[in-house]
Amino acid sequence: MVGALMKVHVVVMPKQSVLDPQGVAVKNALRDLGLDTVDSVRVGKLLELEFKTPPDDAKLEEVCRDLLSNPVIEDYSIRRD
Amino acid sequence: MKIAVVQFPGSNCDQDSLRAMTDGIHVEAQYIWHKETSLSGFDAVVVPGGFSYGDYLRCGAIARFSPIMRAVVRSAHDGLPVIGICNGFQILCEAGLLPGALIRNKSLRFVCKPVWLRVETAETPFTANLKGQNVLRMPIAHGEGSYFADEGTLDALESKEQVVFRYADESGNVTAESNPNGSLHNIAGICNEEGNVMGMMPHPDRAWDEKLGSEDGKLLFGSLVESLDPVLSR
Repeated sequence: MVGALMKVHVVVMPKQSVLDPQGVAVKNALRDLGLDTVDSVRVGKLLELEFKTPPDDAKLEEVCRDLLSNPVIEDYSIRRD
Repeated sequence: MKIAVVQFPGSNCDQDSLRAMTDGIHVEAQYIWHKETSLSGFDAVVVPGGFSYGDYLRCGAIARFSPIMRAVVRSAHDGLPVIGICNGFQILCEAGLLPGALIRNKSLRFVCKPVWLRVETAETPFTANLKGQNVLRMPIAHGEGSYFADEGTLDALESKEQVVFRYADESGNVTAESNPNGSLHNIAGICNEEGNVMGMMPHPDRAWDEKLGSEDGKLLFGSLVESLDPVLSR
């Protein structure tokens, strides 16, 4: 398919062991709005990368580990669409 | 003797750090732009506070890949004293020169106020003069200053006496109330195993004249200078 861009989504989430005060604040706001069954919220981020040619897998893992996430506090996962 | 003060796009305590050296303790200091690749001719490096690269992605995440950081890492491994203040501390952690990470303050608020610090070790070039000086006063100003590391890392930091400063009360008691940001073990500053690389969230660069509210920052910079050149001891 000519011209179609390949999208790669990288999801970065705080590790379970890391306190996520943003998630706690959002959870409390959700409960205030009536979503009172919500038990926990964690706030991460989603990065959308576009490629004309598929990226090298090893390189992609490397930049996810070294730049896009900080392995001390975050986990990442890669989703190819 | 010459001290380098690194400037990234978004640094905003570079001038404070330079003036702390030139006007606070009367030592030559010079800015070094982040595109530079060498620290030759410098006797120590300050990685100053601010919002390098707008804090995009994570605080310090992009700055650590600046050309000058390669030189900082190399020089640090060769024993050059490196002090990272606030955003500089975050950058040194991102660069792997110091363990752990600085995450969002527990309160979610940017906290800007004077704090008390208990000095935990005199075994670094930055604190060598602080034997018997238990408590320091200087300001903090950060939104992401909550020190985090996993349990194994914390145990290693404690057993190797790499915790340099802890948030404390005026008498030096380390209490939950004196912890301004949720840092584990009340950690305000740490050093590497060798002691030549130190990072701290509080600002000694904003505490070197009575007009600034405290002169305690001079004790740190003075320690550094004396450890580099005992003859200059004042």
